[in-house]
Amino acid sequence: MTVKSTARARKKAAPAVPDNLPAGSGAQPELIQLLTPEGERVEHPDYPLTTTPEELRDLYRDLVLVRRFDAEATSLQRQGELGLWASLLGQEAAQVGSGRAMRPGDYAFPTYREHGVAWCRDVDPLNLLGMFRGVNHGGWDPNEKNFHLYTIVIGAQALHATGYAMGITKDGTDDAVIAYFGDGASSQGDVSEAFTFASVYNAPVVFFCQNNQWAISEPTTNQTKIPLYRRASGFGFPGVRVDGNDVLACLAVTRWALDHARSGNGPVLVEAFTYRMGAHTTSDDPTRYRLAEETEAWRAKDPISRLKAHLDREGLADEAFFASVEAKSEELGLRVREGVRSMPDPDPTLIFDHVYAEPHTLVDEERAEYIAYAASFEGGENL
Amino acid sequence: MAGQLSIAKALNEALRKSLESDPKTLLMGEDIGKLGGVFRITDGLQKDFGESRVIDTPLAESGIVGTAIGLALRGYRPVVEIQFDGFVYPAFDQIVSQLAKMHARALGHVKLPVTVRIPYAGGIGAVEHHSESHEAYFAHTAGLRVVSPSNAHDAHWMLRQAIASDDPVIFLEPKRRYWDKGEVGDAADLPLHDARIARGGTDATLIAYGPMVKVCLDAAAAAQEDGRSLEVVDLRSLSPVDFAALEASVKRTGRAIVVHEAPVFLGMGAELAARLTERCFYHLEAPVLRVGGFHAPYPPSRVEEAFLPDLDRVLDAVDRSFAY
Ligand SMILES: Cc1ncc(C[n+]2csc(CCOP(=O)(O)OP(=O)(O)O)c2C)c(N)n1
Repeated sequence: MTVKSTARARKKAAPAVPDNLPAGSGAQPELIQLLTPEGERVEHPDYPLTTTPEELRDLYRDLVLVRRFDAEATSLQRQGELGLWASLLGQEAAQVGSGRAMRPGDYAFPTYREHGVAWCRDVDPLNLLGMFRGVNHGGWDPNEKNFHLYTIVIGAQALHATGYAMGITKDGTDDAVIAYFGDGASSQGDVSEAFTFASVYNAPVVFFCQNNQWAISEPTTNQTKIPLYRRASGFGFPGVRVDGNDVLACLAVTRWALDHARSGNGPVLVEAFTYRMGAHTTSDDPTRYRLAEETEAWRAKDPISRLKAHLDREGLADEAFFASVEAKSEELGLRVREGVRSMPDPDPTLIFDHVYAEPHTLVDEERAEYIAYAASFEGGENL
Repeated sequence: MAGQLSIAKALNEALRKSLESDPKTLLMGEDIGKLGGVFRITDGLQKDFGESRVIDTPLAESGIVGTAIGLALRGYRPVVEIQFDGFVYPAFDQIVSQLAKMHARALGHVKLPVTVRIPYAGGIGAVEHHSESHEAYFAHTAGLRVVSPSNAHDAHWMLRQAIASDDPVIFLEPKRRYWDKGEVGDAADLPLHDARIARGGTDATLIAYGPMVKVCLDAAAAAQEDGRSLEVVDLRSLSPVDFAALEASVKRTGRAIVVHEAPVFLGMGAELAARLTERCFYHLEAPVLRVGGFHAPYPPSRVEEAFLPDLDRVLDAVDRSFAY
């Protein structure tokens, strides 16, 4: 896809939406869609996308495998193998679409739910589980795949992403950055501050907000009175709302946004309008705050069945393809299950590892004391 | 109300009583409405007191505390819930720069009766930022009262006292004890800032608060079997500290060990040890010892047991004290 001109990008800054939507009218502002829930391909003048059948099948495979990984993690949590799990169920298209829009040199700053983006960045899925199992706080080298560690403190990573993008500008390369966060996070000061810095310094960062309608028990209306993507205009950069359950639209819009950013035009806010089908995390009970009907209504917009319908409708995939995806999915499930079950508990002295980059006498002293103490117990000598 | 309640329920009842007795009392926080908070401490309160008194806030801690300050300036008595210990830091500036100092800056003309409730400390197998003990930051800041109950009775009454206080109070709830049950009596038997002898003893004093009180009581019970009589003092208030009670106990026993989850370095124990040394020097048989966390980030849950003081580490310190 070609890079858009600044003039064109600026056009997006003033979206064709009335400024004062009547509250509760149900009026939907512009939602970029390239694939209808029935699987019909539609065109959007600003976000053209040409895809080969193979690319479509690859996207489908990504969606299915990411969902399978997530389902496996959820059941591993139920079986006591993970302490907690934050499921991405329902958000696969937003993550795979945006993840596949990135170039190798681009960099992603995730929250704690971006398993699908990690997949696209080729991070070993097992690495994502260490934190949820309680054996580490991260478990991968962020610079290896340009995928930063998960951030739990809401909104903090938006600033890291912006700073990283400022560094890219200083270095004069054409890489770009994506900062992921949720609709709830849009209320945090850090996110507003990131918008300000990114805008003022023209940083090549795409703010990718997955509006999954809920921040634990709080609906998006508890965070904002205007559609989130329109926040951007107040900071002086474009905002776009995309159908977050449409992997093609997410791909096209994010690719456009990244290219916009990498071409020196500054940040873009992409709001992926989607839905969290599951609980916030495995400790959450959504029946206390949301209606089953709402969840059911969103089920009809499922990102995977939508792409499958398209593949079927256009005859782009045959039985053998679907069977191969199924087989891959089984294989992944098994690998994840076995990998987690055989993930060893760390040695407790891990506590003292990496606290500082350079030697620190207090940490060294406490480590030695701990080792002596542990050795004083029967069977504790081999620490 | 008297009867056996969990700490969680005792806190819920305290919030209910405070809302009932003073129409200016408000609750604010993330998910405290329909969900009743992630620990259900506010369960049912929005239903009974309405959305304007039990307020689900936007997801912004600086915003929560900052607006609570404004509401307090306007005559309200906000009780804010920070969802987990590790998420209070975005509000840190509002707490230490504004909430703590405004009364002094205004020469006493404004009062800030804001209670900041924080489920804190570890032991529940959580992911990072969900197990932190940050009491020293707050106790270090003049203008804040900092308290932490260890049982259901205190949880109930200390929260009611905190809400009634005209000073800002950081109210630290030991989350791993939320489900521990205890008798909740009909009246507060101690002022908010008093320490409590949780168990009498003659040979050494264990000083603890919040989640570590139970660990110390267990250690004292185990030591009893070995013929050592340990006194356990539940500090209850971390700012101010009831030094008179500590001094009296330590002068009786001649030995003191401070136990907390937070890292030992520059923690509450450092202050307690220094002051007790000043006040009880000639009565001490051994230096005041400290048992606590390491100078390291709170570790992944699979090794948190190594980080957290347990009965053995406390008894080990007792042995060290007796070895002097
Ligand atoms: C600073 C901070 N406050 C509170 C929390 C607790 N918390 C974790 S996730 C969450 C909701 C986040 O909602 P949203 O930003 O919409 O993202 P989603 O989880 O829906 O993907 C909350 C309140 C936190 N992690 N960090």
